[in-house]
Amino acid sequence: MNGYNFAYLDEPTKRMIRRAILKAVAIPGHQVPFGAREMPLPYGWGTGGIQVTAAILGADDVLKVIDQGADDTTNAVSIRRFFSHVAGVETTTRTRDATVIQTRHRIPETPLTGDQILVYQVPLPEPLAKLEPSRAETKQMHALADYGLMHVKLYEDIARFGHVTISYDYPVMVNGRYLMSPSPIPAFDTLKMNRMPALQLFGAGREKRIYAVPPYTTVRPLDFDDHPFSLTRAPHACALCGATNSYLDEVVTDDRGSRMFVCSDTDYCADRRGEMEGDAS
Amino acid sequence: MAYVAVKGGERAIDAAHDWLARTRRGETAVPEIKTDQIAEQLGRAVDRVMAEGSCYDRDLAALAIKQAQGDLIEAAFLLRAYRTTLPRFASSRPVETSAMLIHRRISAIYKDLPGGQVLGPTYDYTHRLLDFALAADADSAMVPAAVPSSTEADQSPPAVTPRVLDMLQAEGLMGAEPQSDAVPGDITREPMSFPAGRDIRLQALARGDEGFLLALGYSTQRGYGNSHPFVGELRMGDVSIEIEPPELGFAIDIGRITLTECEMVNQFGGSKTEPPQFTRGYGLCFGHGERKAMGMALVDRAMRAEELGEDADAPAQDIEFVLYHSDNIEATGFVEHLKLPHYVDFQSELETIRQIRRRAETKPDTGAGEPQ
Repeated sequence: MNGYNFAYLDEPTKRMIRRAILKAVAIPGHQVPFGAREMPLPYGWGTGGIQVTAAILGADDVLKVIDQGADDTTNAVSIRRFFSHVAGVETTTRTRDATVIQTRHRIPETPLTGDQILVYQVPLPEPLAKLEPSRAETKQMHALADYGLMHVKLYEDIARFGHVTISYDYPVMVNGRYLMSPSPIPAFDTLKMNRMPALQLFGAGREKRIYAVPPYTTVRPLDFDDHPFSLTRAPHACALCGATNSYLDEVVTDDRGSRMFVCSDTDYCADRRGEMEGDAS
Repeated sequence: MAYVAVKGGERAIDAAHDWLARTRRGETAVPEIKTDQIAEQLGRAVDRVMAEGSCYDRDLAALAIKQAQGDLIEAAFLLRAYRTTLPRFASSRPVETSAMLIHRRISAIYKDLPGGQVLGPTYDYTHRLLDFALAADADSAMVPAAVPSSTEADQSPPAVTPRVLDMLQAEGLMGAEPQSDAVPGDITREPMSFPAGRDIRLQALARGDEGFLLALGYSTQRGYGNSHPFVGELRMGDVSIEIEPPELGFAIDIGRITLTECEMVNQFGGSKTEPPQFTRGYGLCFGHGERKAMGMALVDRAMRAEELGEDADAPAQDIEFVLYHSDNIEATGFVEHLKLPHYVDFQSELETIRQIRRRAETKPDTGAGEPQ
């Protein structure tokens, strides 16, 4: 695109971001402050993820962008278009074909490989923020690995409701050291992060933090021995592809209580339907 | 099928942009507004957009206002996003506001003082009666002609208008600010960290939201961190911007900008060993923005509570709270992002709440389970 550098950001800015990424990879789960720039998309729309993607994107990369698991949600469309314009890279909706996947709120159902990088958009990188609003305080808690506050929160949930009620953005321990926000992915996706072959990068633009989970790193949802982490998922099969192990969107189809449940990962669902048609013919 | 209606984001975005463009233009029988008209006749809007957009360019700010249909936060955002792409070729020398070409200068603490009181173009003593003549096609003949000011008549505008607080400081009544040649921090390049120095605090306030600073400043007046302020001085006018290219070795003037500066005189600190002194709250912003500069000066002073040995328990005194929430581009982004789809998260909340309700219904007596 005329007038702008490849992938929009100027090279010194990309270098600054890459340095933050390298540091983040070296200290899994640790939030690295970086000089986030104002982007031509608003804060909250994924400016952190966009800056990370811009910093790692090369001319040969194939980019996939999803929001809520889908490639055709408006913000995913908008970000994919942005990189088509400013980087001219090839884009895809197929998880298998992508080298870089930027995501908001989901991890693809199709297992990722070591040749892929997953870039998360992060609204609030601080997992302790809802319990302690001061970043100066939480910084110290991380330094001391003092996560008692979060354990107490989980304990109180169990005492009050019988189980932990955090259903998304479930706090995870990375490499046995840092408590980390996995971004607002459903708790269902949390286990996919553990020992994932792909590099996972997290960008928070407004909060100006980058963090990372290197390939094959241990990621454990925070829990208790006698109250282990359990998955929550709508107890249905996908109405389109019949999958019983995927995360489902609940779609309201009328005002008399009718619902249908379909895969949130549109590529996964389409893939399965394609296979079924292939089998039928 | 209803589900299909959720899809098709690409076409929806294109259609939305087209509709937006038509809405922005409005009724085509009405002549299109020109950016020079905005720059000339909506100057206060331009000033605010430049201040919160952190970029002094009247033409670009006017363009942003036109493009944003007069939504000033959206306009400031447009200007900021443009600003980020600009190369930085120099830092200016510190601006000397005592050498300001004064358009307005008032002090609330002295009746008269060197340099005088200059009322300038202020709404302060207007009666807020809608002027229906402006709604008619009033032409420029209605505008009163400029009369030469007394200084112009003297042909000897003072080169320097001393700052009121400097006079207090010379008398030892005003606490001196530490002088330093250190390069100030820059929150547009480095993320904020705490404790934040005053350079960082003032930079954040200078580009902070006028409404937020107004409300916080107001809260200090109503008892949430009172510091007994007086407007020592409020001045607005033009200052020269100078840079000193290393290859030249001397400063060159690269242009003039309009600034508003406010210095508040606040109640004194002091102890058995240190005689009491007044303390300063400082406000400075691009353009003519008195409300902004005054709010900023109140909040700057409030944030000095801890440094001055005062209790710091009011919102305006909480540095982290103020600095993290003063930026309206960040704030509007995060508030408005709630419009984006969240149905994956909401689905997981639905399943969780249904699960809790099922449990409560099947075990009505025991209620929630006890942790073992």
